[in-house]
Amino acid sequence: MRAQIKLPVKQDSAPAGAESPSSNGTGAAADKPLSLVPAAFKIKFQTKNNAFADGTFRTLVILCALSVMVIVGLIAFELVRQSHLSMAKFGFKFLSTSIWDPVAENFGALPAIYGTLVSSLLALVLAVPLSLGTALFITEICPRRLRGILSLLVELLAAIPSVIYGLWGIFFLAPLLRTEGQPFLARYFGWTGLFEGPKYGIGMLAAGIILAIMILPIITSISREVMLAVPRQQREAALALGATRWEVLRIAVLRNARAGIFGAIILGLGRAIGETMAVTMVIGNRPEIARSLFAPGYTLASMIANEFSEATSDMHLSALVEVGLVLFAITLIVNAIAQFMIWSITRGMPARNIA
Amino acid sequence: MHNISFRRRFVNFLGIGAIVGATLVVLMPLFLIMGTVIYRGIGSITWAFFTRIPQPVGETGGGMANAIVGTAMIMGVAALIGIPLGVGSGIYLAEYGRNASGNIVRFTADVLNGIPSIVIGITVYALVVLIQHHFSLLAGGIALGIMMIPTVCRTTEEVLLMVPQSVREAALGLGIPQWRTTLSVVVPSAASGIITSIMLACARVAGETAPLLFTAFGNQFWNLKLNQPTAALPLQIFAYAISPYEEWHRMAWAGALVLILSIMATVILVRFATSRGMLKGAH
Amino acid sequence: MDPGIRVQELNAWFGGTQALHDIGLEIPSRQVTAIIGPSGCGKSTFVRCLNRMHETLPNATVKGKVTISGLDIYGKGVSPVTVRRRIGMVFQKPNPFPTMSIYDNVAAGLKLNGFSNRRQLDEVVQRSLEGAALWDEVKDIMKKKSGASLSGGQQQRLCIARALAIEPEIMLMDEPASALDPISTSKIEDLIFQLKQQFTIVIVTHNMQQAARVADLTGFFLMGKLIELDKTEKMFTNPSDKRTEDYITGRFG
Ligand SMILES: Nc1ncnc2c1ncn2[C@@H]1O[C@H](COP(=O)(O)OP(=O)(O)O)[C@@H](O)[C@H]1O
Ligand SMILES: [Mg+2]
Repeated sequence: MRAQIKLPVKQDSAPAGAESPSSNGTGAAADKPLSLVPAAFKIKFQTKNNAFADGTFRTLVILCALSVMVIVGLIAFELVRQSHLSMAKFGFKFLSTSIWDPVAENFGALPAIYGTLVSSLLALVLAVPLSLGTALFITEICPRRLRGILSLLVELLAAIPSVIYGLWGIFFLAPLLRTEGQPFLARYFGWTGLFEGPKYGIGMLAAGIILAIMILPIITSISREVMLAVPRQQREAALALGATRWEVLRIAVLRNARAGIFGAIILGLGRAIGETMAVTMVIGNRPEIARSLFAPGYTLASMIANEFSEATSDMHLSALVEVGLVLFAITLIVNAIAQFMIWSITRGMPARNIA
Repeated sequence: MHNISFRRRFVNFLGIGAIVGATLVVLMPLFLIMGTVIYRGIGSITWAFFTRIPQPVGETGGGMANAIVGTAMIMGVAALIGIPLGVGSGIYLAEYGRNASGNIVRFTADVLNGIPSIVIGITVYALVVLIQHHFSLLAGGIALGIMMIPTVCRTTEEVLLMVPQSVREAALGLGIPQWRTTLSVVVPSAASGIITSIMLACARVAGETAPLLFTAFGNQFWNLKLNQPTAALPLQIFAYAISPYEEWHRMAWAGALVLILSIMATVILVRFATSRGMLKGAH
Repeated sequence: MDPGIRVQELNAWFGGTQALHDIGLEIPSRQVTAIIGPSGCGKSTFVRCLNRMHETLPNATVKGKVTISGLDIYGKGVSPVTVRRRIGMVFQKPNPFPTMSIYDNVAAGLKLNGFSNRRQLDEVVQRSLEGAALWDEVKDIMKKKSGASLSGGQQQRLCIARALAIEPEIMLMDEPASALDPISTSKIEDLIFQLKQQFTIVIVTHNMQQAARVADLTGFFLMGKLIELDKTEKMFTNPSDKRTEDYITGRFG
């Protein structure tokens, strides 16, 4: 019924037969078993239909993938459901009023929204030039041997837990700001109105600096990847025109990578907006809008971290969940923009694939 | 040959100088933070730190044994959730998801990656703590497990796609069914990359505090039960850091030292193994 | 008893573009049939339709009838996995499993389908490696070294051994020697000569001398169509179609 297997051995491979009885005279021997695999297994093996096992496996991994969607869906759903009370009472005023009074059950999240934006933008202002400089240094200037170690150091900076940044902020950065940084800024830049008032150390400025340090790694590593993706010819073309090294970086690298760099910056912004512990520990946690960066403030995330476990009334809890919903919505939009920017240049592949 | 003007040379000098300067400034916090943590923490690392539980205010000599064990147990639960779901969805994306529905999953995973950890904390509070009626180790583990999924998923996809298509064809051509091909041929070929991504995800999540605030909650005593509030290293560091007591601040630094060293050791180990070819890199 | 292949009205597509048009031919058992034709004419697509590998590519579809021992492999209820188990395939680029030892590479087809008798596996592996003329070179290292550590020619013979181990009836080879040096190529050709005593062999090649050396029959493909299939001798001396003559005399392609 089936073709039978009898594998030949080349005539000139003489020693094989002597060494192993099973290959003895394989060439033409008709007395050997033609198939080594038992017939019973062979029939099972050649007819077993694997459609069921294939379907099961496929279903399993699809369920895993669905779980990702279900989790995101549940997060959105729970945030809306649990903040229902507060949404019904305050409506859009929740976003535009500044009174946050748990005792009177009157909640307006504007100070936290303001604090979130100011601290994050401050972080961007400080972090972007430094990150881009570092990314340029790693990709374009430093010797090959240093590249790996520098990238590892940047990765280690990203690996430091938020709570340790906060600890360091309280006991190292804030005192340093109080005694050195704030007096300096008040003396020379006090006229801007941004640097005046009592010098606590902790406050919006400390939060901005800590956030800046925390988003350095992500902006650096993603910019580095998009810079590496800029084709070599672009650089060579600029060099051939007699450009200086700096001009090559500016014209060939930065200009060609700008969409991706913009995506990296937006992604860093998303991180800064959602960052919780370190900010909670150094921002001062006061729901007020102040012009001076020395003043204490609040962010959406730190408000939740601070008050959630102490909130006793349903309205207070509900208002805090609504704060979470606002935070969720903002980061969703910001991250969607960033992903879109990065996807548009890497065509859906993770940015690091193109390196 | 070229007569580059003085102005251009000067700008070039300034620009390159700024780039080098920026790099030095970026590296400074790493060394400052590491230095401070080691300097302030090392003195309080004693045998008791690893074997005793916290002492009440005013008494000296307590430790963080319960928090260390708590973190280990929370990580265990997180791994049980995050690894299968992350690897499974990564397999889906690489092997079945080269299409529109795959892109939706990809986008959703990136969204999940960007959701602030505190928001995940609130959600798990609403879904688990409210239903169980108390804070619990389980809830903490679920929160961290959710945070692991997107990283593991996307890197798993990435390393699976690096396995050449010809390897899949070889297996299919032998009459090995698709699921076996994936599990026994493709995944093992990418195993080192998957392990890398899992270890990095664990390292990232182990230091998270915000999602534990209203889930694991913290505990001054031992807890080994899944349905009870439990101590965790980052939570304990936070509680001690914002306390007014000198002695507790010392404990916070010691805790920070232990936490940071274990996380960095993991990252460095993984990277070292990657560069030696023992693990294939996720990057 | 006759594992020849009969192909009727076979059409294949990649998405919207048709790669094969109405192919009909018979491939006799225990002979070597070579498929020649210019690059992109559908040779690979054709052999991949013979063991249902074509449909594993995204958007690839097939219509038509391929009959092996009376079974239409595209018939209703026929599982592609079952079909592939009866047909061995060797690809253009050697593709051993990178994480497996030489031994495990050869045993993979059986092991991963649940065959676990160690002694019998040992025998199958030995016999397959002997069949692929690789046994002497690897017998001492086959459990320690990975398949990827072999040279290109050895890797290709390993892939042949791996296909032999599932004891197929038919061997499909898609340009098995095109990535190899001349010495390895001649080893593979010797091997084909030996294997044809037990197997029906279909070999794709863009090298006409190779077809002339190893094949009993030769089929000429052009732009997704089968132009003619005949005795190799006749094809190379006196083809019936003008286009075949143009091709083998080097006037195009
Ligand atoms: N994966 C694929 N996707 C789309 N088109 C393909 C793919 N592979 C081959 N083709 C097209 O199908 C035709 C036949 O290809 P192929 O069978 O590989 O040719 P050959 O093996 O004779 O060189 C070619 O025109 C080629 O461009
Ligand atoms: Mg081809």
